[in-house]
Formats: sequence, structure tokens, C-alpha cells
Amino acid sequence: MNNHKEPLFHIVKREEMIWYRAWGIRLIAIVAALIVCAILTTVLTGDNPIQVYATIIKGAFGSKRKAWITFQDLSVLLIIAVALTPAFRMRFWNIGGEGQVLIGGLSAAACMICLGDRLPNWLIIVCMVCSSLIAGAIWGFIPAFFKAKWNTNETLATLMLNYIATQLVAFYTIVWEVPKGSGKIGIINQNSNIGWLPDLFGNKYILTIVVALIVTIGMTIYLRYTKHGYELIVVGESENTAHYVGIKVEKVVIRTMMMSGAICALAGLLLVGSINHTVTTTIAGGQGFTAVMVSWLAKFDPLAMIGTSLLIVFLERGAGEISTTFHLNHSFSDILTGIILFFIIGCEFFIQYRIAFHKKEGRRG
Amino acid sequence: MRAASSLVFGRMERSGSLDNKAIAVHMESITKTFGRVVANKDVNLDVYRGEILALLGENGSGKTTLMNMLSGIYYPDEGKIFVNGQEVLIRSPKDAHALGIGMVHQHFKLVDVLTATENIVLGLKGRLDLKESAKKIRQICDRYGFEIDPDQKVYDMSVSQKQTVEIVKILFRGADILILDEPTAVLTPQEADRLFDVLRNMRDDNKAIIIITHKMQEVQSLSDKVAILRKGQYIDTLVTRETPISQMTKLMVGRKTELNIERPEPKDPKPRIVVENLTVRSIDGIERLSDVSFTANSGEILGIAGISGCGQKELLEAIAGLQPAESGNIFYIEDDGSKDQLLGLDALKIQEKGVALSFVPEDRLGMGLVANMNLADNMMLRSFRKGHSMFTDRVAPKKLAETVVEDLNVATPDIETPVRKLSGGNVQKILVGREIASAPTVLLTAYAVRGLDINSSYTIYNLINRQKERGVAVIFVGEDLDVLMELCDKILVLCGGKVSGILDGRTADKDEIGMLMMKVGGGD
Amino acid sequence: MLELILALFPRAVVQGIPLLFGSTGETLTEKAGNLNLGIPGVMYVGAISGVIGSFFYEQSVGDGQLNGFLAIAIPMACSLLGSFLMGLLYSFLTVTLRANQNVTGLAMTTFGIGFGNFFGGSLILIAGADVPSIALSRTSAFFSKSLPFADRCGVLGKLFLSYGFLAYLAIFVGFATSRILRHTRVGLHIRSVGESPATADAAGINVMRYKYFCTCIGCMIAGLGGLYYVMDYACGVWSNDAFGDRGWLAIALVIFTIWRPSVGVFASILFGGLYILYLYIPSGMDHMEYKELYKMIPYVVTLIVLVITSMRNKRENQPPASLGLSYFREDR
Repeated sequence: MNNHKEPLFHIVKREEMIWYRAWGIRLIAIVAALIVCAILTTVLTGDNPIQVYATIIKGAFGSKRKAWITFQDLSVLLIIAVALTPAFRMRFWNIGGEGQVLIGGLSAAACMICLGDRLPNWLIIVCMVCSSLIAGAIWGFIPAFFKAKWNTNETLATLMLNYIATQLVAFYTIVWEVPKGSGKIGIINQNSNIGWLPDLFGNKYILTIVVALIVTIGMTIYLRYTKHGYELIVVGESENTAHYVGIKVEKVVIRTMMMSGAICALAGLLLVGSINHTVTTTIAGGQGFTAVMVSWLAKFDPLAMIGTSLLIVFLERGAGEISTTFHLNHSFSDILTGIILFFIIGCEFFIQYRIAFHKKEGRRG
Repeated sequence: MRAASSLVFGRMERSGSLDNKAIAVHMESITKTFGRVVANKDVNLDVYRGEILALLGENGSGKTTLMNMLSGIYYPDEGKIFVNGQEVLIRSPKDAHALGIGMVHQHFKLVDVLTATENIVLGLKGRLDLKESAKKIRQICDRYGFEIDPDQKVYDMSVSQKQTVEIVKILFRGADILILDEPTAVLTPQEADRLFDVLRNMRDDNKAIIIITHKMQEVQSLSDKVAILRKGQYIDTLVTRETPISQMTKLMVGRKTELNIERPEPKDPKPRIVVENLTVRSIDGIERLSDVSFTANSGEILGIAGISGCGQKELLEAIAGLQPAESGNIFYIEDDGSKDQLLGLDALKIQEKGVALSFVPEDRLGMGLVANMNLADNMMLRSFRKGHSMFTDRVAPKKLAETVVEDLNVATPDIETPVRKLSGGNVQKILVGREIASAPTVLLTAYAVRGLDINSSYTIYNLINRQKERGVAVIFVGEDLDVLMELCDKILVLCGGKVSGILDGRTADKDEIGMLMMKVGGGD
Repeated sequence: MLELILALFPRAVVQGIPLLFGSTGETLTEKAGNLNLGIPGVMYVGAISGVIGSFFYEQSVGDGQLNGFLAIAIPMACSLLGSFLMGLLYSFLTVTLRANQNVTGLAMTTFGIGFGNFFGGSLILIAGADVPSIALSRTSAFFSKSLPFADRCGVLGKLFLSYGFLAYLAIFVGFATSRILRHTRVGLHIRSVGESPATADAAGINVMRYKYFCTCIGCMIAGLGGLYYVMDYACGVWSNDAFGDRGWLAIALVIFTIWRPSVGVFASILFGGLYILYLYIPSGMDHMEYKELYKMIPYVVTLIVLVITSMRNKRENQPPASLGLSYFREDR
């Protein structure tokens, strides 16, 4: 045994890092990731890295329209991320954002299509809002109920619900397809514009942005200052403590998840009612999953999510521009996003732990 | 059977005489810190073969940490370990295992969904032959009189069966240095006696045995030598039969056991909490409390003594509305004599009923407080529901936090600090401070001074006494008999979930309490 | 009826094989406590890596004859390497750097699907090859070659012998994984790592090594599912997003089989059957929408299985106890 070497180092949990050092580390990680991305892009395109960065920025903010779309994408992602956050604060791994967005969008589309000519426009919009919020709440309720009642694994349950929602949308896509046999719904009420959410200030992007801001600020207040918010944080930190002070854990789990689902559905409503005016199975575009990362990167702080979702959307749009400019496949942006995420995910380790090297000498063999 | 056991206990043949004992383990200047907490400082320890060494020390004296370094769970910051005279590095349990060191932890390290056999062979090498292993396990069991079914799943087992699996696991591996961390805490007296016999047998097999304990009686009846730790520091190693108990106690506690805790006379005691025939079962159907009856008076401190795990936790939680009971009554008697049934109500309903009941639970950071929240937010735990607004009141808790910090001398940078960053004593002050801030009429405390330094302990005693003088009915679950005897007006002794006696705190005799703690076996 | 089964069964098997690879790999990973939600991405990477290998091989040979061994070995090796690297990345992030498993897995899926679609779409451009699309029919012929006497065995031949070798490999791997998990020491150790890493650690099992091992092997197995899909099922033709949600279906299958790869062999065929059942429903082409509802069945059934197992709360049927949690020895 005595010919064993001293372990070179071991890993120790840090007390707590000062916030600016922590963000410093994250910044370093992002810079490192950008360098790797640039190298990769250069290898694949032969262009110089500076040009690559310029293209990224151009892609995100190159024109007024591009900037608006960036902010709109940011807003949708932000809403979903903020929606998932209360569940995460409760340690409930809701990765069903995708399904909750879809089901919300589907309900809104259903109102637009089925009530199209029968009700006044304002009433239809009210119906859309209500039905999509309710649908999202139901989609959140299902896994929460099972979790509360029988401790069913919520990650797996919400994951399944994503695909149930996707197939429901696929089903109705064919039911409502226009024209028959095309396999898609197309723009709903293209001529009458019934059920289209109104533009604010004559700009079709602003509504989504405003909703996102309201949701974000509202959630911040909810989590920090309301009794419900306080309860769900206690539940997340320690169920024992919640029990001890008489908080009904089941009730809080179900209530929070219903809210989480409903806000996700709000994003679906905006996607259908304001942005795309149609519903497809890919309308959520994986943002339900991306939002998990956005929320996690922001340490579950809604205000910080503005930053993290900006980062992700900026990179996605920039990378999309790279794809177009250099005639690369559009999926290139996913690769770049992936790389950047890996770096950020990895760097958290250096914020939470430190590596302690042993400094003993003079050991006999 | 002979053949098999000589296979398992292969080292038996080589056993030397007791007088010529070989050194098994030598630990030299071991230091281990966790953050700012020094768990072990400069500890030296010698363990010989053919000897049972009792590692004696109060709770939090660093016994378990020290042994964890020997079994590879922790790695020491400084110091050297020698096994069989050779310097070794124990970086993982695997290293420890290779050196013949095996440890039975207080919290069993078993995989619930696996069978006894699978657990026992876990981590070994070679082809997996569960049948053959099961045979070998049965032989070990036969030899020592253990009773386990090798094919039984661990989640179906009782605590003592699980412990048996742990011990058999170590024997199966032929370990010759055994460490047991408070093995009797979960056993009935009969089971403990049987365990001691086994340990003596193993000693005679020339194995080195270390038993971590804070019970003097075990040290006396079992050990050959006793090593004493106090607050992470090594004090001394003594030969058990040459050392009087009083000296051991003195070394362990480091001061005279005369505590001089003040005990004001109760003023106008009236029944406040009446418990009748309370029976509580755990989720898995085990009876935790059986037919418990007593009365706690206002203006008095009722102490609850007993070996840990005898139903203290269940009793307090049942009163606080956290633990459903099978049968019985818990009455709250108002000042005007009217009775309220508390049983069947949860914590919130009790509060809504207007019963001002405060509870300082044993698990401070896991139950009483939220470790990641700051002081002010923790103050809100009890009061956040106040008012009809959907928003929480942030001002009052902040004020309360400031008051508590000031009044109780809590050492904290500010009230925005998460409580997990505070030391144990300060955490407890925050918790007790919050609980008494709501002007309770009943105060339940579980191990209120566990892990606290002397000054903090006295602060807590004082706080409790002030509550008593206010006419609060205090139920104080404690583990230190000296404290119970000096602080409490009455002492209720629990043993195996039953009340084995209720004594007057002023006249009670330590031996008498000790006897009552052992009186009723948990198994019958 | 017999004819229906005769027609449905082989197609169900063909549909089921990628799921079987995926779920076997994921089961192995989850048994060691890692919830790898990156499996869909891994399967894409496994597929595209094989495609890249075989693409360059076909290009280098030109119009000449492909060497049968190389035509199979090169894509296999590339696929295994690609998915192994994904497994290594996941393990490094979650085990060594203790990152959140859900987040890492989702990032891997984003990355993997992007990786697959990017190279699928841009390979020709990057390689500067002179072909209109990626159609590796020559390589595919080797992969989908069934036993020579299958045709002569009538019904049985069609039902059981008409598949490419990867299908048999999938079934073999499924049963082998099941056997290893249940009856060998390695399997016992894997299960203990997934149930209670602290216990396994105390028993001297190298928790990190087992987690790395299971995740990497699991990813390699799953990657083969992607390879099978593109080389055998899709006849060597890569089209973006064609693999669809099969990766998630594979994760569903893990739950559906309650973490038992041997059950997965049969359940994957069932899932595969459900996936294409609509083709055989008499209502036919008038009601195409119902096919989407049939496709929903696997997920609904899985959800129900998940709920029922948690209701019955039988310990053996629960997810591994430490699933999704990273392990740090000095945490306790």
C-alpha cells in the first residue's frame, strides 16, 4: 500500500464566491466558447474570425427588422423561461415547456378557427386568452397532480406530455388543414384577421415584448414579495420545513405548476395569435427546452433571464446569419449554441468548487 | 462449518497472545477542517490487535470524522496514518478495504432494492456467484447467531437486521480492523448484548475493534481501552479497567458536571397539554410511541429523557401536528379550563385555532429553518401568512431579525446573510428567538443545545427559563442527563416508545433515570 | 388477419430497432444514475458520423467495387466514435464537473441534432463532392443484407430472418445488457451506483468510473440506433429531421419497460408497430389525422405506466434512486 502516490488534488466545495468573480468566470467561459466557435467557423468557411463575429452581430442587429425579430424571439424565449422558473425554484423539473406552449397555441388556434365567424372579434380574443391559459394550466396540472399524489417522476412525465401535445397538434393540423391534403393549416383567417392579437403602437413586434416584460417583472414580484412565492421557495428548499410551518406541499406544487403551464401557454398564444397566425408542431421550435437552460443559466432569477435569453437568441440569430452568409446549413447555429452552452454549463463547476492541491513533501516511498 | 469459518476468519490461526499485541493502526497529528469548522485537530490514536478500543466523546467531538478518515470517506488535511506499522494513504473506502479496515456507519450504507447477499458482496471482485455467497453468509450467521435471510431485500428489513447485514458485510470481507459508529443507538438491550458477545469473539480472533460511543456503560462493559476526544482534540487513551468512570467523564466533558443552571420555582402551574394513551406508528408500520400519557403544566419545564430514537421525535411532532397518530388524545387546556383536541389537526390548523404553540425541532437547518434563506426571510416562516394581502410583510420580520440578533448576541455580518453560513450556536439562537417571538403558550424543544458551545447553551437555558416564568408549558427533550436534572421540573423517561417513569427533577437521581432509560426493551 | 400480421410485423421490427438501441443505451446510462436527455442528439450524431465515414469511403472508391468489410466497418467505427465522444462530453460535464444533468442533456440534444442536420445538409458542400444528395445506397446494401436463405424459409424467414445484421445486434445487445445488469458483478455495481452512489462508494466501487463507463457505452449503443436508421431503414439516404422524435420515444421506452432491456426487445417492436399502425387501419386515407393519434399512443401508454408504477410504489419498479443527481463524496 505504501507505494501509493499522494493524490495530486482533491475537490472542495467553495464557501460562496463573490458575485463579480462568479460572473467573471462565466464571462471567461463565454469568451472561450466564442473563440472555439470562431475557430470552428473559420475551419469550415475559411473566413477570418473577425468577419465571423461581425456576421453574428449583423445577423442579430444588422437591420431594424432584424433587431425587432431578435427582440421578439428574445421575448418569447423569456416568457417560457420565466414560466418554468417557479417550478424550478420548487425543485420541480418541468421540462414540459414545449408541450405547454404547444397546447396553449393549439387552444388559441382552435378558437380562431372554430369561432371564426360566430362571435365578435374582441370576444374571440378573450376566448383565446382564456382557453389557452386554461389548456396550459391543465398541461401543468397533470404532472403536478401525479407528483403530489404519488411522487411520479416529473421530468419523465412532463417529457411525455410534450409529445402528447405535439401529436395533438399534428392531429388537428390535419383536421383543420387548408387546403385539404396540404398537411398544414396555413395562415388562419388571413383575410378577416379574426383572432389576430392587436398591434401595439402600430408595430406587430411590440405586443410580445410588452407581455414578456410584464411577465418577467410580475414573476420577480411574485417570487420575491408574495405569500405564494414565499411558500413555493420554502417547498423547494426543504419539504420538511414546509411541512413544519404548515405549508401544504401538494397544494403548492399543483398551484405552481398550473401557473407555470399557463404562462408557457401564454407564449403559445402569442406565437399563434400575434406572430405566426398559424399553428404547427414545430411552432415552439425547441424553445421549451432552451428555456430550461436560459432559466438555469440565470440561476432562476427572472430579471437575469433577460440577459441569458438575450445571449442565447443573439447567438442563435447570429449563427443563423453565418449559415446564410457562408451558405452553410441553418443547423450550424444549433452547433454553436450547443458549444457555448457546454462551456457555460462546465464553468459553473469552477464557481461552486475549488481544486485543492496537496502541498506536502518529503514522503518516503 | 468449521472449514468455512476458518476460510472467513483466515487470520485466526495466526492470532498471537493478548499480552503481545501488535499495533494495528497508528494515527499521527491528524487534522481535518470543513470550511471554518475544525473537526479534528492534531489527533493521535493507537489501536492494537486483540483489543476493543472505545472512542469516547460527546456529540460533535469529532469521533466519527476521525474514523471516516480511517475508512476512506474523508481525506485528512494533515497528518499520517500507519497500518500494521507501514505508512499508508487511505484515499477511498477501497483503499481502506484493501488494508482490512471496515466500518459500520451510523447511517447504514446499504442499497435498499438489493438483497442482503447482493449488498454484502457489493464492491468485491471476481465472478458473481450469489448462491455460493449466500451459503457463506449463512455460515457466518450460524457461527455468531445472527439472523438474516440472505435473499431478503433490504427495504423489507428492520433496523437491527440492517445493522446485522452491515456487520456480516465486514466479516465476509475478512476485515481485521473494525469500526462501529454508535452501534447500539438503534438496538434493543438484548440485541446490544448479543452484539457485544460477537465483538468479544472477534477480539479473541485477534481483530482490532474500535467502537464509537458516548455511553459510559458500553465503554465499561465492553472495551479494553478507551480513547477520549473532546471538541476535535485528542485527550488521552486509558486502560478501561484501571480508570474510574468519574475520570473518564471528567476528561470527556472537560469540566465538572455541576452545571449551575438556574431553575426558578414554577408559579401557579396548571395543566396545559394533556396527552392520553398516545400511540403512533411510522409509515412502515413500526410502533414508535405506545400508550403514552402525561401532563405538561404551564410554568413548568417537562424534560424528556431517553436513548435517542425512543420516540422523542414522534412525540413532539405529534403534539405539533406534524405526525399523525394511531390512537389517543392530545388536549390543549386553555386558561379558562376549556379543552381543545389537537390530535388530527395539522400545524396550520392548530395555529388557526389560536393555540400558540412553538416548536424547536432537532433538525434545525433541515426543518426549523431554510438554510439558503437569510435571517429576515427565516423569521417570516411562522408569520408570513399574517394579513389578507397577497403580499408578505417584509418589515416586521426584518425588525424581528434585528431584535433577535441584538438580544441574543447572534454573531452574523448582517440580517441578509443566509443562515447556513452561521455557526451552530447562532443558528439555534435564530431558531429559538423566532419561536419564542410569537409569545407561545407551549414551547417544544428537541435537543436544543446539541452541538452548542457552553455560552450558547446557557443562553438557550436562560431563554427557556424566561419562557417558563412567563407561564409557558415547556417540553424539553434532552440527551444530557445533567442538564435535564438541573433544568427541568419534571423528567419523563421514554424507553422504546413507552413511558418508563416520570420523576421530579429536583429529587431525581441520575442512576435512577439511567435505569428507567434501560427498563423496557424496545423489542417486547 | 395473418396477412396483416405478416405485413405489419417486419415493419414494426424495422421501426423498433432504432428505439431498441436507444432505449438499451439509455437504460444502461440511467441504471448508473445518469438521466441522459441528450440521447436524441447522440442518436443523430451516431447516424451522421456513420454517414460521414461511409460518404468519404464511397467517394474515395469512386465507381469501383466497395469492400464489404470496410463498407460496414468504417461507418460502424465512425458512428461508435461519434457517439462515444458525445458520451464522454456528457460524463465530463455531469460527473467530473457535476453539472445539472437535465440542462446538460438538453444542450447535448440541441447540439447533436444541429450537428446531424448541419453535416447532413452541408457535407456535400464541405467535401466539394460532385453528387446531388447523400444517398449511400451501396453501403446501405451491405447493412440491409439479410441472410441468403431467408427468402427460402417462407413465412418464418420473412418474420424473423429478413433483417440486416444490426437488427440482430440490437436484440443481442438488449438481452446481453439485461443479463449483465442482473447477473454479473459489473451489473450489480452499476445498479448500486445508480441507486445509492454513497453506498457504492463506501463499498469501494469507483462511482465516477462506472458512471463514465455506462454513459459512454450507453451512448455508443444508442448511436448505433441512428446508424441503423439511416443505413438500413432509410437505405442510406440522409434527409434532415427525418429521424424525428425517435430519440425521445427511446427514452419513453426506457420508462415503459421499467428499466428492463430484455423487455425492451419486445416493447420496441410494439412501439414500432404503434408508430406505423395507421397504415393498416381500414379507414385508410380518408382520415389521415388518426395516424397522429396512433403515434401518440406510445407516449400516453408510457405516461400511464409511469404513473401506475409510482402508484403501486413497488421498489423494484421505481427509477434508480439517484437518477439525475450528481455525486460528490464530501457533500454529506
